[in-house]
This record gives sequence, C-alpha cells and structure tokens, in this order.
Amino acid sequence: MEETPALEMRNVHKRFPGVYALDSARLKVRRGEVHALVGENGAGKSTLIKVLGGIYPSDGGEIYVYGERADIADVRDAQRLGISIIHQELLLVPQMSVADNIFLGSAPGRYGYVDRRDQVRRAQAVIDDLGLPINAAGLVCTLSVAQQQLVEIIKAISFNAKIIVMDEPTSSLSSNEAKILFGIIRRLKEQGVAIIYISHRMEELFAVTDRVTVMRDGKTIDTLVTSQTTADEAIRLMVGRELSDYYVRTDFPKGDVVLQVERLGKEGVFSDISFELRKGEILGFAGLVGAGRTELMTAIFGVEPYDSGVIRVNGREVRIHAPGDAMKAGIALVPESRKEQGLVLKNTVGFNMTLTVLKEFIAWLRVNRRRERLIMDEYRNRFSIRTPSYQQIISNLSGGNQQKVVVSKWLAAKPAVLILDEPTRGIDVGAKSEIYSIINDLTLGDMAIIMVSSEMQEVMAMSDRICVMGDGRIKTVLDKRDFSQEEILAHAIGGIAQ
Amino acid sequence: MTPKTLEATVRGETAFSVFMRNNLAIIAGLVVMCVLLSLSTDSFLTSSNIMSMLRQISTNAFLTLAMMLCIIIGGIDIGLGAYVALSGTVTAVMITNHGQSIPAAILFGLLSGALCGLANGLFIAYVHVPAFIATMAMMNVARGAAYLATNAEPIRVRDRDFAAIGIGRFHQVPLPIIYTIVGVIAMALFLNKTRLGRYIYSVGGNLTAARYSGVNIKAVQIVVHVVAGVLAAFAGIVLAARMYSGQPAVAQGYELDAVAASVLGGISLTGGAGSVVSAMIGVLIIGVLQNGLNLMNINSFWQIIAKGLVILIAVSADMLRNRDK
Repeated sequence: MEETPALEMRNVHKRFPGVYALDSARLKVRRGEVHALVGENGAGKSTLIKVLGGIYPSDGGEIYVYGERADIADVRDAQRLGISIIHQELLLVPQMSVADNIFLGSAPGRYGYVDRRDQVRRAQAVIDDLGLPINAAGLVCTLSVAQQQLVEIIKAISFNAKIIVMDEPTSSLSSNEAKILFGIIRRLKEQGVAIIYISHRMEELFAVTDRVTVMRDGKTIDTLVTSQTTADEAIRLMVGRELSDYYVRTDFPKGDVVLQVERLGKEGVFSDISFELRKGEILGFAGLVGAGRTELMTAIFGVEPYDSGVIRVNGREVRIHAPGDAMKAGIALVPESRKEQGLVLKNTVGFNMTLTVLKEFIAWLRVNRRRERLIMDEYRNRFSIRTPSYQQIISNLSGGNQQKVVVSKWLAAKPAVLILDEPTRGIDVGAKSEIYSIINDLTLGDMAIIMVSSEMQEVMAMSDRICVMGDGRIKTVLDKRDFSQEEILAHAIGGIAQ
Repeated sequence: MTPKTLEATVRGETAFSVFMRNNLAIIAGLVVMCVLLSLSTDSFLTSSNIMSMLRQISTNAFLTLAMMLCIIIGGIDIGLGAYVALSGTVTAVMITNHGQSIPAAILFGLLSGALCGLANGLFIAYVHVPAFIATMAMMNVARGAAYLATNAEPIRVRDRDFAAIGIGRFHQVPLPIIYTIVGVIAMALFLNKTRLGRYIYSVGGNLTAARYSGVNIKAVQIVVHVVAGVLAAFAGIVLAARMYSGQPAVAQGYELDAVAASVLGGISLTGGAGSVVSAMIGVLIIGVLQNGLNLMNINSFWQIIAKGLVILIAVSADMLRNRDK
C-alpha cells in the first residue's frame, strides 16, 4: 500500500467571473519530495497555490494534509496545518531586523513581551545551521535582494512547516546563491518536508525536483517522474504542442561598430568597462547577481549616470546624464523589472506603448489619433500582442504580453542600440520563444543588442559574444566557439588566474 | 485569463458608457440628492438658487482642479487655502496701498501663488521632501505672509472694476461660473490632449517607469505645483473681488474640501488616475449638500458632520464596489 501523501488536492475548482481558473485540478505530493509545478502563465499554478494557502476559497474539491481532510478558509488555517508559501514578491519589513522578520507574526515570549536577544539567538542558530553568511540582528534593508530571498526561506523553515511552496525562488538569485538554496532544499527534503517548487527555469527543475506536475488551462495534465522525462516533453505538455525551435538565432556577418564604451566607471559600482557592439550583433552579459551588470546598463542609459569614461554612438561621443539623453543618442533600455521600471501598470496598453514617442503624434492640443493608432498597430501585429483593446488596463495582460509591450515601447523610439536586461524573466516558455524570435528578427534588421541574462542557456544560445562580469569589471569576453557554462561560471566567480 | 473576462465588458463600449459605469455611484448620489432637495424645499430648483450655489462652489472647483493635479502625480498640496488668502491680500494691498493698476495687481496676486507652487515643486523634485510636508510648510509661510502684508486686517478695495471680477455677470450668469467652466475645459484638454498631461499620469502611475521612459520627472513635479499655485491664486483673487477686500483669514481648511471633492470624484489617492469631470461631480456633491442643508436651515455644525459622513459613505461604496470586481 502507498504511504499517505503529505498533500493531496482532488478535483479543485475555482471560477472567477468569466474564467474557469481551476477545472478539477489535482496535485499529490509525497513526504520528503520536491515536486515541481509547471505550466504557462495563466495555467492555474498560482491559483492552485493560493487555494492551498487560504488566499482564495475554492469553489469545490477536497484537500488532504497527511491524509486528513483539511478545511482551509484563510491564511491562518493554512499556517496551522504547516503549509508555508514563499511568494515571489518579497514580503519582508525592510526597517526591521532579520530576526524580527523571521518571527513576525509568531513572536515568542509571554504577555506580549518580545525577548529580542533570545529571538536573535534563535534566528542566528537557524541561519548558521544552514551555513548562510547573514547576521540575524542586521536590518533587512541592508541585505541584497538575494539575501532577502533567503531570509524569506528561513522564515518559512522556522515555522516548522511541513509543506513549503516556493514560487520562483531563484528569480533574483545568482547561480551561486541558487546553489545555496538547492542545498537548503535537499536538507529540508531529508527532514521529510514536502516542497512544491514553481519555476519557469527548466534546468533548475531537473536539478532539484523528483516529480513534475504539468498544468494547462486550469487542468492537471500529467505528473511525471523528473528523472524519466526531458525538458522537451515537459514543455510540450505545458504548451500542448511541439515547440520546434525554442531558441531562434540566425548566423550572419555583422555590420559596423555602433556602440563603443571606453573605460566607463562609477565609483564603487563598476570600473574600467570597455567594449564594442556591432550592427546585428547580440552581446550577452553574464555574471552573478551583484556583478554590476544592471548598474552598468542603467548608467549607459542615464538612469544612474556614470562618472568617468566615454560612450560613442556611430563614432560620435555622446554625454548621457538622463534617459532622455540616451534616447536622443539612439540607446534604449528594456529594464530588468517589468512591473517596477517598465510599465505604468494601472494605465492602459496604448498609454504604455506610446509613452516614449508621444512627440510623434501629440503637438500642443492636437492628438493625431490616426498616427497613434498606426504606431500601436505596427507593434501589436509585429509581436502579436494579445490584448482585447488598447484601452485594456495593462496589468490584466499576461506577463509575456506585458513584456512585449515594454519591448514595443522601446522599439517605437527607433533606437540603434537596444539593451535588454533579463528580457524573459518571469514569462512562460511559449512567450520566451516568441521573444527570442523577436530579438533575432531585430538583429536581422541591423539593430545592435545587449542582452543581460542570468539564464545561462539563454545567454549562450542567443549571444554572438559574451562579456562575463564580476565585481564591477568585465572579466573576459568570450567568442561563440568558446561558450561553455563552466567557462562562464569560472570567470564570473573569479577562480581563473588571468 | 483575466483579459478574457474584461474583453466582454470593454470591447465595443463607448467612452461615455465607460465613464458612466465608473461614475455611476456618485452620479446616482448627486441625482438622488437633487431630487430629494427639490421635493423637500421650494427654493432649491429656482434659477437664482442654482446660480448662487454654482457661484459658491467655483472656489472649490478651482482648488479641486489644483488638488487633483497634485494627487494625480502621487502627491498633495495642503497649502491651497493659504495661497487663496495670500493672493487675495497681495492683490488688495497692491491696489489699495500701492496704487497699482488692476491688471498689475492681479499679476502680483497670481505670481504669489506661482511662487508658492514653485517653492513646493523645487523642494519636492530636488530635495525629495514629501509633498505633504513641503506644502504644509508652505501653507504656514503663505498664511503668515498674508497676515504680515495686511497687519492681520482686511484690506478694502473700493475700485468698482475690481469688484466686477467677482460679482459681474455675463448674460445673467455670474462670472465665477464662467471662469469655472473655462477652467474645467482647459484642464480637461491639458490632461487629455497634451504630452505633459500624459506625463503627469505616468509620473503618478509609476515614477520609476516614467523616469526609465525618458520623462523629465522634476519638470513635471514643478510644473504641476506651479499650476496648482496659480489656480489657487486665481480663486483667491475672485474671492477677494467678491468680498471687496483682501482678507488674510479666509479659506481656512478649503484644501480639505478640495481633497474631499477629489476623493468623491474617484481620484485615486495613490496617484496615476482620475478625470476632471468626475472630480467636478465631487465638487457638485459637496456644493449641493451644503446648499441643501442651508436651505433646510440645518445648524452649521451638523453640516460639517454631514459632510464628513457623505465622504465616508461615498468612498466606502466605491471600495466595496471595487472589491467585488
């Protein structure tokens, strides 16, 4: 007889007005198992997790925790049952210490008195136990995003959770930090904790999970044993069709040099950055989180200006102090965070698409609606952006479509150099493939592209050359024939003597 | 999945029907109030009452236009009432004490509001002082300056031409109502038809994204606060004309009526959204409420309580409606 599973969800239904978000969804997770939950955005993964965590009530179905029927009406019910969810967004209080955050909501002590020293001691014990270099008394706002992510995980563990859900836990971690996380996952597994792991990164799923449940259109499609399947099969089940060419990159001779960066520096952030970029070329930037890649790109784009060095576009020196200067020079940046830097979420698709090019159709009090429409239609058709109308509020679009709007908004400005910072973060495989194909088409049209990516396979498949950054410097520049994961990592970590 | 749900409702709808749907609650509230008042009083529906009510709300209408701009960029200006007093007194002092011509005096009045707004804008944009604090400080400065300029006494203006600005009529319609209509149309055009209008919504909607899109955030913040200061100053000059004098103690707390009207009109206090027309419906609700309670001879202290309750009810209704979505 099979051992009682840690968690079983049967025939879970959830309707939203007009949408069948969950249609008889099933999920069975064993004790001590790392169970991947995959599917495209909108497949129902997060809805299922929110039902489990008591954030949404379900419209039918049963949940069993360790064989017992569980009635989860709110978040506290879920916590009582030992279910802990680590959300993608950080939910820490930045001005409080690590220990305070860990025990938030479950502060120890009697009569409301919090023994802070004891709290710090206990938190530090958990942290040391995991071998993490984090000070429990330190303020959360002084930690890097990656470290904060780890604090979230510690918080979940300290609960003595029996079932932990991790939603894209590595989205802001470097590969090194991800390794620490995987170590933690293995230990939790040994302790018999059941882990539900949500990620769009296939490599990770194959590195850490035991089984994979694939969801599509609110239904559970299948549960596979990870070691007996392949990424291709999982992707095929997710999208319901064959993805012939996932990465799209044509090989062709490159044009003239468009962008020259010479000895660019910013005190304490990066220094001595020099590189060249040609028409039609994709220059990848790899490295660990904190290597200074994003900082370099925002400096080239003028958001946080550099303080030394020279930038030339088409041979002419340009001075960039603000994004407006960069735009004039023909440089565009699709920023790292779509929600924070890319879009005005509460406004419409049309508003966001044209924000960079209002000059082209608004002069004083005259709005040229035809011209506006033309610009919007061009990119909507070119990238097949799926939106019911331009008046749609953009937060209602899927992540992939939102990302296409961000790319459109920047292409509408007709740049010569397009910088893409993590262009496929948090979007599903189908949309990723579309974005790759868009990027490839752009280079065929002579655009020069810089692509910052923490996804090793992506950056290797798409780039013509890769700059590996570490500690704010370019450690090495690799040509396509020298690409290998080991090589890039070794340079990024800095283990190789020059 | 979510787009599918909205597709059914959004596609094919006219701008007007979307507007009606978003503003249904407050429009209904306004209509109900008007119907009740016309049934329960004889005087509400007379043209003289309507005219005088509209004239009275013109000050709040201008302050609400100013306030909504500040709120849309994610801030606030709580000094508006004080700029009303300052510009009124500056204008009166210029005419009565310094013998300036009326146009010159008005220019000085408007300038006083513009300077207050400019100072607000500079501190907010360059020093990153929170809008609430910067404008609270400016409220004190402006109010103090108004008392200083007048020795804390009303300054009478005997010039008939100046008074005409506030009490004159155009084909039976009091001039302040005309100013309001012009102001509302101009603001609607400004917000909807200009580049700056869109930049204003983008700054309030997501400051970082606006910056990454090449929007000059500082310029937007400064312009918005200067325009707000000038609008308040204009309201102050009209008010002074109506009272034949510049009075340093007027318009205490008017900024809160402007916040109330904006909130009633569904201007999101988190910024980035809101329309001129719905804000004006908010102004009308507050005006009709005040007028109606006056007509029914209700104690003015009860009126204050009623105003507070109406705001609470309207905003709660809006919250509950949005939660159901």
